[in-house]
Amino acid sequence: MKPFDIRQLLSAGLALLLLILPFICNAYWLDVCVSIGLYALLALSLNVILGQAGIFHMGHAAFFAVGAYTTAILNTSFQWPILWTMPLAGAAAAFFAMIVARPIIHLRGDYLLIVTIGIVEIVRIALLNDVGGLTGGSNGIFGISRPTIFGFRIAKGTQFYYLVWGMVGVSLLLFHSLWHSRFGRALNYIKEDDIAAEGCGIHVSHYKLIAFVLGAFWAGMAGTVYAAKMTTIAPESFNFLESVIIFAVVILSGGSHLGVLISAFLFIGLPELLREFSNARMLIFGFAMMAMMIWRPQGILPPRHRRYNTAVSLAKGTPPTVDFASTSKEETT
Amino acid sequence: MSLLRLEDVSKIFGGLIAVNDLSFTVEQGSIVGLIGPNGAGKTTVFNCITGNYTPETGDIFFDDQSIAGLRPHRIVSLGIARTFQSIRLFGRLPVLENALAGRHCRMKAGLIACMLHTAAQRREEKEAVARCMEELRFVGLAKHYAEPAGGLSYGNQRLLEIARALASDPRLLILDEPAGGMNEQETVALVETIQSIRNRGITVLLIEHDMRLVMKICEKLVVLEHGSMIVQGKPEDVQRNPDVIEAYLGADDMKW
Repeated sequence: MKPFDIRQLLSAGLALLLLILPFICNAYWLDVCVSIGLYALLALSLNVILGQAGIFHMGHAAFFAVGAYTTAILNTSFQWPILWTMPLAGAAAAFFAMIVARPIIHLRGDYLLIVTIGIVEIVRIALLNDVGGLTGGSNGIFGISRPTIFGFRIAKGTQFYYLVWGMVGVSLLLFHSLWHSRFGRALNYIKEDDIAAEGCGIHVSHYKLIAFVLGAFWAGMAGTVYAAKMTTIAPESFNFLESVIIFAVVILSGGSHLGVLISAFLFIGLPELLREFSNARMLIFGFAMMAMMIWRPQGILPPRHRRYNTAVSLAKGTPPTVDFASTSKEETT
Repeated sequence: MSLLRLEDVSKIFGGLIAVNDLSFTVEQGSIVGLIGPNGAGKTTVFNCITGNYTPETGDIFFDDQSIAGLRPHRIVSLGIARTFQSIRLFGRLPVLENALAGRHCRMKAGLIACMLHTAAQRREEKEAVARCMEELRFVGLAKHYAEPAGGLSYGNQRLLEIARALASDPRLLILDEPAGGMNEQETVALVETIQSIRNRGITVLLIEHDMRLVMKICEKLVVLEHGSMIVQGKPEDVQRNPDVIEAYLGADDMKW
């Protein structure tokens, strides 16, 4: 056991930074941090699909869009309070994911990737074409109201900051538990070798589908927050590039939850930091990405092995030399 | 009563008849060996039983229930576990997690319980870890539990596959060349392990090229050639069968 652990220090540092950021940031940077939070939320949800199950899904913006539009429509046309629409936005995105993922879930790697890119485009174009007269075409939907919690209206940057990062915090807890359970392991087995996983008794297509649906549910809820923050949404906010950014955040992160947060900061924050270099900033950013791919292809922080306290105590009782026949007979009786 | 029964099973790949009208039974509590020259269709038979292939004709009964055409994960949960001829472990994951993969189908926690780590989920998880550690100890890998499976020696990887299969509470264990790549010493230990598996009440069906191993532990042999069964019976009878001797191209070449 090492006296201190670099990841724990990083997590504690990051948590502290996130708590005090609203007091040291100006309005502009706070807004950037809200954006980072939203991307972190989206990336955490994609991480279940891409990072843990290894499904190459580059269409996450589609689920994000379904969630945001569900909220916008329910709020503007039916006057639902924003936060009430959140579970429904999640459910709508999840339902949409189930319908589109079901027929394609057996596809592998790059084939699936291409289909998921198609999904984003279909959704964007459908929104542009004002499906059912509900989505407002290329103008989108405006006049979405602010969320209220127990009569407390969330409108200012700081309030949104805490709402978004609060959601990130809760999601982190839930996704961490999920990762450290039979469900999380099943996704890892599928990522490692899906034929072996099926042969061990894991219903591969079921788990892949559930990963999709769960990721979409979260993206849908992130859509609610986005719609409430922007008060105006339009199809162009959910284009293919958005999907690519979320995808890249997850790939860059290496797949651990802490990695996703750091990666979201780098990916969304760095281009803003480099803004004064104006034209060169994307170039610098591109070089940074290339350097990553060359020197750290596994990503910033790949997940560590899970710890099993039960196993640690049990292993201590292991006899130094193992005699198959005698131990087996004792154990079976 | 027979635990596993194949009735006129055929599997055809394009124009090639890999398995041709094969029928045999595996009795409860026995160790049965499936042998034959390379390309005789042994692994294909295994893949039909474990659900990786669906036989074109015939049916497979496990405990009098038809299982032909069921998906592999369903067959595992019914109580048939397998190992692979070419080792298929999750190499980057720790040894314990590889064993837990086998336990998965006996666990019940759903998505919500997994996200919230409910009391029932935690209890189940603890039991699963304890059970898998027991299986690792059974095959002699308990002290390696935290190492990545890919770092184990070849023989130990085969043992880990067996532990992973055992973790799923099988009634029938199917081993595809368990001694492949093992040295003399490891093979001797493997024989004992297979016998203690049977002593636990688990029926074993195995493919193996090591004839001494097969002769030593199997109560019954099924000999395949070109997808068809030439003979089945007790090892000593099979050994003397002229068709078997011919299939293996002459008795002198055989290492009985």
